[in-house]
Amino acid sequence: MLSNIFRGKQYAVSKKYNRQSLKDNIEEKKKSIKENYVEIQYQETECKPNVPEGIVAKCAKCGKIIYNKLLISNNKICPECGAYFKMTAIERLSTIIDVDDLCIEYDKQVTTKDPLKFPGYKEKLLNLQKRTGLIDGILVVKAKIKTNDIYIAVMDPVFLMGSMGTAIGEKLTRLFERATKENLPVIVFCSSGGARMQEGIFSLMQMAKVSGALARHSEAGLLYISVLTDPTTGGVTASFAMLGDIILAEPKALIGFAGPRVIQQTIGQKLPEGFQRSEFLLEHGFIDKIVARNDMREVLSKIILLHQNKSQGGSKDEFYTME
Amino acid sequence: MNFTPWNKVQIARSPLRPTGLDYIENLFDDFIELHGDRRFSDDKAIVGGIASFKGIPVTVIAQQKGRNTKDNILRNFSMPHPEGYRKALRLMKQAEKFKRPIICFVDTPGAFCGIGAEERGQGEAIATNLASMMLLKTPILTFVISEGGSGGALALGVADRVYMLRHAIYSILSPEGFASILYKDSSRAEEAANDMKLTAQDLYKFGIIDGIIDESDGGVQTNSLKTMREIDMIIEKDLTSLINEETKDMLDKRYERYRKI
Repeated sequence: MLSNIFRGKQYAVSKKYNRQSLKDNIEEKKKSIKENYVEIQYQETECKPNVPEGIVAKCAKCGKIIYNKLLISNNKICPECGAYFKMTAIERLSTIIDVDDLCIEYDKQVTTKDPLKFPGYKEKLLNLQKRTGLIDGILVVKAKIKTNDIYIAVMDPVFLMGSMGTAIGEKLTRLFERATKENLPVIVFCSSGGARMQEGIFSLMQMAKVSGALARHSEAGLLYISVLTDPTTGGVTASFAMLGDIILAEPKALIGFAGPRVIQQTIGQKLPEGFQRSEFLLEHGFIDKIVARNDMREVLSKIILLHQNKSQGGSKDEFYTME
Repeated sequence: MNFTPWNKVQIARSPLRPTGLDYIENLFDDFIELHGDRRFSDDKAIVGGIASFKGIPVTVIAQQKGRNTKDNILRNFSMPHPEGYRKALRLMKQAEKFKRPIICFVDTPGAFCGIGAEERGQGEAIATNLASMMLLKTPILTFVISEGGSGGALALGVADRVYMLRHAIYSILSPEGFASILYKDSSRAEEAANDMKLTAQDLYKFGIIDGIIDESDGGVQTNSLKTMREIDMIIEKDLTSLINEETKDMLDKRYERYRKI
């Protein structure tokens, strides 16, 4: 039962993180510290699965009150109407990877140096870090999907709307660089309001930085799958979200460059029904496939398998010598 | 003279400033404009083509504000649609094929927000430019001449060298948009401009741009020849050094330019 896997093993995943991320931490610390972020001290706290507060949650679509336990066991899909609730990074990850196998978290400690010294930003971050147990809005791991090694990044919508600043940019860049070195595919689960305003021009430059690392990964002939979840907008859409060899999306996710409110204000007319939703993007040719949350692991693992045979199609001769 | 960031925003937006085409006409000979993205249409917010710089064939691409109201409507106030970015990329690939250096002039409030722009993949168009420009095997220089707004500016701004005019601005979003998101009040744009650190001087201090091009206190329009001459010298100097560089070294340095931010 999917529900049991989710509930029973999620905690096991997070325990493994702690052990592994400590090792990882020491390794990372030895590396030189780059300019615009610092690596803060790792805190010995249990990394708890981030369940919504309270015992019940209200479905935004049908308005029904649902027990949180039931909701989580159902992959955070409303049992009444099938609407998708937002998933935290760790919840998402545990529905995708082989939870019994090794999962190494990378760069957990990377945080921003607040490059603009933006008023109030540092305090806001500290509060959020305390409240959520996250250091920034992305989780980067090396894990297995049906025994295949893969690098995965999952953005966390609870952390400043998953906005991308220097920490996320740096973690994603390192992820693509590592994957390129180790010849491994990458999956990124996007969910972001866009570039992080409080880091201004530095956030904007992360778009170029990540896209560059991704371009080199791609040039090495490696697979990158981006999975768009609700919402994927702004600078994230205009960089790594739209650069997947294969782009998947959850149903009805908001995906766009400009937010619908901004567009409505700019053009002064009502937006068409379903505008900027996954189905709209599929229709216009910008994503490959819409995949239901419960099928995501299966679809991802099939795609990975289909990209494993490196000996075929490489040279023209090999390709045509079938006898 | 000292200018506040908000003064700079206003100077950068002045309709009297030279536009992209003014720079092209002044700095290059034999400019031939090339049109269209070969996919959908010709976006007039971006002009591009081939020209000669002191005998060297180059590709030039500029975001183009209108020279008057009518022209501005035609140019969509220099807010490109996806086809504009795709045209730019087509011309850049062409430049790579024929081993021509690329010179870009950035001047946009941002990529256009609208139904058509979304339908045709504004995000995808910008993203593709960012990734492709990082790998283009030919030198790229970018000059932010007035306004550098968001991803819409960056899509012509992944380069070996990036310069800004003294009163130009370059930011993640317009100060109005920024204030509307962070302070929930777009009228606090002046305050936003202060907090955003969007002036050429700020960006130079951060190491995000390679140099500042001088312009008069009254703005580039009061002595544009002086500014043009300075740009001319920079292009000559940079092209000479970049053309002599091994392609791999140049690309590694380009990557490192962004990697360190």
